[in-house]
Amino acid sequence: MIKFILRRLLELIPVLLISITIVFFMVRLAPGGPFTAEKSFTAEAIERLNEHYGLDKPIMVQYGTYLLNLLKGDLGPSFQYPSRSVNDIIKETFPVSLELGVLAMLFALFIGLMAGITASLKPNTLQDHVPMGLAMTGICMPSFVLGPLLILVFGLGLGWFNASGWEIPSDRVLPVITLGAAYAAYISRLTRGSMLEVLPSDYIRTARAKGLSETNVIFKHTLKNALLPVVSYLGPATAGILTGSFVVETIFNIPGMGRMFVLAAFNRDYTLILGLVVFFSLLVVVFNAVVDILLGMLNPKLRMDS
Amino acid sequence: MSSNPQKNSLWADSWKQLRKNHAAIAGLVILTILITASIIAPWLTPYSFEEQNLALGASSPSLDHWLGTDTLGRDLFTRLLYGGRTSFMVAFCATMVALLIGVPYGAISGYAGGKVDSIMMRIVDILYTMPFTILVIILMVVFGRNILLMFGAIGAISWLVMARIIRGQVLALRQQAFVESAIAIGASRPRIIFKHIIPNVLGIIIVYTTLTIPHVMLMETFLSFLGLGIQPPMSSWGLLIKDGASVMETYPWLLISPAIAFSLTLFSMNFLGDGLRDALDPRFSKGRS
Repeated sequence: MIKFILRRLLELIPVLLISITIVFFMVRLAPGGPFTAEKSFTAEAIERLNEHYGLDKPIMVQYGTYLLNLLKGDLGPSFQYPSRSVNDIIKETFPVSLELGVLAMLFALFIGLMAGITASLKPNTLQDHVPMGLAMTGICMPSFVLGPLLILVFGLGLGWFNASGWEIPSDRVLPVITLGAAYAAYISRLTRGSMLEVLPSDYIRTARAKGLSETNVIFKHTLKNALLPVVSYLGPATAGILTGSFVVETIFNIPGMGRMFVLAAFNRDYTLILGLVVFFSLLVVVFNAVVDILLGMLNPKLRMDS
Repeated sequence: MSSNPQKNSLWADSWKQLRKNHAAIAGLVILTILITASIIAPWLTPYSFEEQNLALGASSPSLDHWLGTDTLGRDLFTRLLYGGRTSFMVAFCATMVALLIGVPYGAISGYAGGKVDSIMMRIVDILYTMPFTILVIILMVVFGRNILLMFGAIGAISWLVMARIIRGQVLALRQQAFVESAIAIGASRPRIIFKHIIPNVLGIIIVYTTLTIPHVMLMETFLSFLGLGIQPPMSSWGLLIKDGASVMETYPWLLISPAIAFSLTLFSMNFLGDGLRDALDPRFSKGRS
């Protein structure tokens, strides 16, 4: 087991290095520097700025310096916001995105598991068709469709929630639903599928024969074994929720990292883009590894493979 | 026709099974209508997708403009049709890129087996953990919002699942008698892979192509919604939803019709994909409702 964990963690290094390298060179070799768009700068000023940020050095030297600083945890300055470093910006915006992401994930897991279990208990009846129909709707209504529609109905129409912002607790409701809905839908389909596979097994029949309560049979015996596909979906789901936050934070005007990334992309604030991508990649890649390790613990067969 | 009854009956069986699936058939019909409408768009509407009528501005649906006009006075029905063109075209091209990389990659990996296979699949595993959506966004930011680049970039990240599935199928097929006899006759490796094995995984390829297309469309719409994909005055459903969302307080119809068009397409594709999977993928044909 320890060997498995170690190997999985070692694999993180090349993945991260490849991502960082691709992004670094893509961003640096892009036509037009970060200061060329600003007409207010004179040629002299641009030269000084380039010198100040080390952009006049050969690209390999810049790359080396960047990696060295990265090892120290320093993501460098932001071009757009000269007084703040990329680290500061992440420190400010990440808690907001984290809250949104965690709430959306909890929402997706709770609704998804409940709907999936409900559907699997009476397959091909109304109790199955209604949640699965809703799940299909969830999958076919991406966040950028669902979000504006929710604002239109519950924000502007009924006036139950603010149309945008992130101040009072009720501001969390619409963004969390928008971000979590599609994942709730996938999770419910996965749960239903694997519940249906596990329910006919002999050991479930045994559990029932022993006279265990139905709740006990479903939650302790069936769900525990039916959960594997859901756990392995958590890796891609986290990556999806991260990128989904770009859209949701933009729609609801939430001061998080996702909106920051979209703004940085528009402003061509290259150091900020680079820093945020490094941070995003770290999150995605580490979380994928955690999910893999979790799966290895749940299912020893996976550890033996490869 | 009668020379090969075995083959025909397999496809006929699948078609029979698919026909019984009403949701899938409804999806097929809706998709056919939407795709045809977007292809013959110039003959369906008297307006052009970039023709502005500032005097008119945003008007609600009327006899002249069935779905109304946007804030620049452009006919929404026309822009919806042309947006469909863009979205379907991106979906088609990017999926082709995914097929062209994924199928040969998976087939070669599965057929070669052993060390080659494990290295090739390791590469897929590692690529799979990379945050590709973010990389595509950067690509669009850095190299400009080029539509060809978008096909390539989206396609390049969509082939991984396809490669894995094809590899699994080929691995199983490799052991079968017809492959052994092909080897015995002395057929070359590329010939065996492309002439004997790939035709046998055609069903699976069709199934996973229909399941890849909605993902690809979603990606394009996602990028366009963020303003990083298709650029105006060109039209795309993501762009229309974005424009609609920005003025939904005053002109809600500008949001509603593109939202319906896009969701309807995703619905149809998912139902059709599920139906095809039930009909064509032997692993799913039994025990599923």
